[in-house]
Amino acid sequence: MAIFAALALAPLVGFGAGHSLSLLARAMILGLGALGLNLLVGGAGLISLGHAASFGIGAYALVMLDAAGQTDAGVVFPVAVLAAALFALLTGAVAIRTAGVNFIMITLAFGQMAFFTAASLSAYGGDDGYTLYGRTRLFGTRLLENRWFFHYLLLALLVLAWVVGRRLLASRFGRVLRAARENPLRVQAIGFSPTPYRLLAYTLAGALGGLAGALLANATEFVAPSFIAWQRSGDLLFMVILGGLGELHGAILGALAFVLLEEYLAELTPHWRLIFGPLLVLVALYLKGGLLGLVQRRG
Amino acid sequence: MAEPLLDLRHISKAFGALQVTQDVSLQVHRGEIHAVIGPNGAGKTTLVHQVSGTLTPDTGSIHFAGQDVTRLPLARRARLGLARSFQITAVLPGFSVLENVALAVQARRGSSFRFWRPAAAEPPLTACALDALAQLGLAGRAEALAGDLSHGERRQLELAIALAMQPRLLLLDEPLAGAGPEETERLVGILAGLKPRYGILLVEHDMQAVFALADRISVLVYGQVIATGTPAEIRANADVRAAYLGEDH
Repeated sequence: MAIFAALALAPLVGFGAGHSLSLLARAMILGLGALGLNLLVGGAGLISLGHAASFGIGAYALVMLDAAGQTDAGVVFPVAVLAAALFALLTGAVAIRTAGVNFIMITLAFGQMAFFTAASLSAYGGDDGYTLYGRTRLFGTRLLENRWFFHYLLLALLVLAWVVGRRLLASRFGRVLRAARENPLRVQAIGFSPTPYRLLAYTLAGALGGLAGALLANATEFVAPSFIAWQRSGDLLFMVILGGLGELHGAILGALAFVLLEEYLAELTPHWRLIFGPLLVLVALYLKGGLLGLVQRRG
Repeated sequence: MAEPLLDLRHISKAFGALQVTQDVSLQVHRGEIHAVIGPNGAGKTTLVHQVSGTLTPDTGSIHFAGQDVTRLPLARRARLGLARSFQITAVLPGFSVLENVALAVQARRGSSFRFWRPAAAEPPLTACALDALAQLGLAGRAEALAGDLSHGERRQLELAIALAMQPRLLLLDEPLAGAGPEETERLVGILAGLKPRYGILLVEHDMQAVFALADRISVLVYGQVIATGTPAEIRANADVRAAYLGEDH
């Protein structure tokens, strides 16, 4: 809708310059990851503080394949997605058993495990990270290196993820998931065990994170353990809350606002975090329903 | 008589030194309302939890429809046909009334690992849900948010959800709690109408309603069943009068 239209038009109306286009690419990739996270937080009521781990798994899957000489998109992206999904399935199987604060702590712990594992991978740069000397090849072409093509590819993926996510939440599966968020005891009394539904949602969010991670590696042409740091998980969670939990596209709006604000404030002053931090606090305190809630109230 | 639908055999449960359920045995047959009454703190709610599966008894066994369900969790017992209503209403406040019931229908009809088709666009789910709502006189409120219902309406919604599960046994934990006199009358009428098709284990404070509805009554005091019998027998029982009715009436 309005967000997607703006993103589609952006390159045509002066945002075409290299820097701002890659900024938008970054925002859309983070938006893709945040969308997956919102499926968990807004949809299932599961607050994960380890979502960056799936980004990292996706990115490092790409790095390992790159080091082995494999850069074909038909291999790289499926492997990145499946690896992240598998990680989410295994860690989720443990984490889903808990709820509330414990769930947050366990996802954080798994995220940090992934972070330190990545930092110790000396073959892939360890702490220093790994530089890619070219993006993933699409059908043997270097199409992904074309900024315009990359921009619209990301937009298409974002729209696709949004459409699929919405259908998912409205389906039978999504209904059980949403009900378990509202009252897990009621859902059990009706005859559903929430666990498999939640685990599947967790795995799907992980898969989407893996895709976003592999895309982010392509955008930056560099992968470092900071991809997985818990600050990134926190940023993603904040994007979701900033945008609004009520609707899936809140996460996209949140990611856009977050990235653009970060960029704008950093240009304004080197002490931009002094402004950014309190701003986030104010949003959390006063903006119930996030930016989306604000837009809807006006509209 | 045929095999009972629900059969509690000598179940006991203690929380530390506190014996909350002591050697309780009782049966519920199809087409009968078996009421459990008792003063506050008698262990009624703990008993409900053990029947529904949120708590497991320390000793003894629970059989439902001929199957030992003592160690089955809540969700599994629900799928076998044991529907419980909650003392404190536990509807899904952010869901519409219809969707609250449709979710229960969905549990009985096919897999819920379906990801693409909007659940709200499945006519069979909606039709069954509306049917259950109509039985409770709530059809007119189908589109309202459950969180916006009055207390009495929520009680009715609880029952509609239970019915939509197409259960064999209804486990009703104080279904009349907090209802006004008119609502109580309505709900008593509804429960009487349901009796022939289900077995009902009714835990209730409202004595008038219990004596009007129940075929059999068990009196629970300090976790023990001190008497079981027809309403007339219970009314005449000296122990019961001493332990319970005497205090209250």
